[in-house]
Amino acid sequence: MEVTGKVLAIYPEKCTGCRLCELVCSVFHDGVSNAMRSRIKIVKWESEGIYIPMVCQQCQDAPCMIVCPVKAISRDEALNRVMVNHDICIGCRSCVAVCPFGAMGFNVIDRKNFKCDLCDGDPQCVRFCEVKAVDYVDAERVSLEKKRAAAGKITAAQRQAIALELEIR
Amino acid sequence: MALNRKIAYIDLSTGKIEIKPIPIEIRKKFLGGRGLDAYLLYNHTKKGIDPLGPENVLLVSGGLLTATLASATARTHVMAKSPLGGMIGSANMGGFFAPELAWAGFHHLVIKGKAEKPVYLWIHNGKIEIRDARNLWGKTVTETQWAIREELGDEEIKSMVIGPAGENLVRFANVMTGIKNSGGRTGMGAVMGSKNLKAIAARGTMDIKIAHPKEALEYNKRFIDQITSAKVNQTQGTLGTPFIWGATNSWGGIRCRNFQYNQQLYCDEIEPEAIDEVCTQTVGPYHMASCFGCQVHCRAKYRIPSGPYKGVYDEGPEYTSQGAFCGEPDCRSIETLLVGNHLVNQFGLDNLETGSLIAWAMELYELGILTDKETDGLELRFGNDEALLEMVKRIAFRKGWLGDTLAEGGLIASERIGKNSFDYLIQVKGVSNLHSDERATPALALNVATASRGSDHLRSRPAIDLYHLPEPVLRKIYSTPVPYDGPLSSEHTEYVGKPWQVFWQENCYMAVDCLGICKYHTVFLGATLPNFEDWPKVIYYNTGLEFTPRELWDIAERCNMLERLFNLREGLKREDPYRGDMLNHRYFDEPTRRGAPDVVGRVIDREKFKKMIDEFYGYKGLDENGVPKPETLKRLGLENEPSHLL
Repeated sequence: MEVTGKVLAIYPEKCTGCRLCELVCSVFHDGVSNAMRSRIKIVKWESEGIYIPMVCQQCQDAPCMIVCPVKAISRDEALNRVMVNHDICIGCRSCVAVCPFGAMGFNVIDRKNFKCDLCDGDPQCVRFCEVKAVDYVDAERVSLEKKRAAAGKITAAQRQAIALELEIR
Repeated sequence: MALNRKIAYIDLSTGKIEIKPIPIEIRKKFLGGRGLDAYLLYNHTKKGIDPLGPENVLLVSGGLLTATLASATARTHVMAKSPLGGMIGSANMGGFFAPELAWAGFHHLVIKGKAEKPVYLWIHNGKIEIRDARNLWGKTVTETQWAIREELGDEEIKSMVIGPAGENLVRFANVMTGIKNSGGRTGMGAVMGSKNLKAIAARGTMDIKIAHPKEALEYNKRFIDQITSAKVNQTQGTLGTPFIWGATNSWGGIRCRNFQYNQQLYCDEIEPEAIDEVCTQTVGPYHMASCFGCQVHCRAKYRIPSGPYKGVYDEGPEYTSQGAFCGEPDCRSIETLLVGNHLVNQFGLDNLETGSLIAWAMELYELGILTDKETDGLELRFGNDEALLEMVKRIAFRKGWLGDTLAEGGLIASERIGKNSFDYLIQVKGVSNLHSDERATPALALNVATASRGSDHLRSRPAIDLYHLPEPVLRKIYSTPVPYDGPLSSEHTEYVGKPWQVFWQENCYMAVDCLGICKYHTVFLGATLPNFEDWPKVIYYNTGLEFTPRELWDIAERCNMLERLFNLREGLKREDPYRGDMLNHRYFDEPTRRGAPDVVGRVIDREKFKKMIDEFYGYKGLDENGVPKPETLKRLGLENEPSHLL
């Protein structure tokens, strides 16, 4: 497995709310269509047209990992992800309770927890999302893009100020 | 597994609920969705029943592939005898309801009888409960949905509801889900209202096993590339259906002032790009939304930018809202468009029918057939934005003589208004025409005249006829899966070859409606999109069922014939202006006044039109009166209908 610094980057404003990511996630992992089994979930405020993709952030100091009484959860540094070993897991759901993002699911049919495993490096949600509301990018790129977007606002203000000054002169 | 989704029979009079599996032999004959609904309607209703009486049967369904990886399997199909024209009532909507219904364990609901008091259905993981809806009665479309979520304590519930218009039995009230997804045509909301059924709420977490998950995923990816690479879908994904209105208006293919003009002038403010600008300003640069699993994202989000409704959120407007609130009444204000769209969405009215009937009333008012007495002093002239929006409210709540009269639909309204008002009513089988003008396009005229649910553009319209595609391209599309070696013409003003195109599209659209797929994912607006050759693989990978393209074609033909049988039973006659395969006389007598050089001055030629119908009937295996020949019924396995197998 190659070493990668890639992370899932979410751009909520781009999400069209179609939930194809939920569908392909459940088919890829479980061979069935069932949004309840999906590791990614589009949370909606329909009356305002707001759709937010929610998924595991693969935390560095993951609360799920810390709370697990049998140490079934660990970090896989190769793929920058948090993994559950179901041979050790006792199904106590402590991880479900502490996750600040609600990203740890519990499957009532199999009685097991489940979470995003980044599809071993080829996240299907990213592959199928045409508008790229979910993307798989190098970790440093995420903040760089945000920086550029925020800086864009400052440049726009600067340009306006210059134009105004020229006008006054 | 998709194939183990059940059918439920719900009797609202007795409260009895019966759940059954859908036998595989039935699937092989009718697939699901609209096709199986047509079978159920023909079998569960008797001739001549009152569409708003308890004996009418309301069918709600997902398609065979709903919630599977077939791409855009969002469509919910609703069917009943139509209170609008008395023929087959059929409406199809996007959104998220059908997948939730499938995850809750059901593909088909057969709803009979009438509840004593307002009720709603709560469908949850294989169980169905009839619940009190008295506190929901009177609520708007979105209020109802949010109230159900609150009552049941689950934000993920998806509901199909009616608004006040459905409660008030407006004969073209629609059924709705989400903000603006509507099963608009033929008054299915009135049928729900007549049964005292306010809503159907669904929530499901049951697995649908995919037969070949790996292959299904890969094929879906290929499908998406095919679908998103089509230029037409890229435009839809940016501007939504208003782009069609803008394009056809510039060319002279829309209706303006009822049927007086075929183009609206001086309407920069309501061009698709202008609407897009408002969406960008009020929502942001990413303002397009999708139905379930769809990558076309053709639904715009907006807030009303000005006026008394300033800041109100809604979705759309679609082509039909532009027709209803711009072209037809000849109004040119974006505020009127966005407010009108919001009102019909909240009241649960079919915007197409509403706009057509108000424009008809406006023409009658200007002609003096309607006067201030009937309009209660409302100056119902073309271009009067206030009168237009006021009429929408009056129709939804049946206020005033005219509001109550128009709420009855065109056929009954024309009887009440009397004089020669019927001559101006642009309808087929009691259902108003889309706000498009087909006088320059014989293929499209044949389509609206013969569509099973009454005048309609989503039952058999060869829309790609407008693209002037080279003949070999047309031949490639239209000669699979059954060979066709007759003439085909790239010219949209031609009559030759068009009946075959309409026949082919009729079967194509029936197939997607049986599968539960959106028409933007087949040969509707894009010539390169999936059709009969692609579906067998999608069906096989997702369900394990094996079909050949030809078998799917035969199923579609069979289901279309069932709809025809229903209409014939209810009194369809070939040239009957009220319930026939017949156009308003203005199509033949009044030349178009505006438009491009190949559009202006056109009428449909009566004799050639008659010949087109003859040829179309021939392909369908009907005699000259439009009645199926015995050998046709035998060929399609329909000789023993109604067969009461399900």
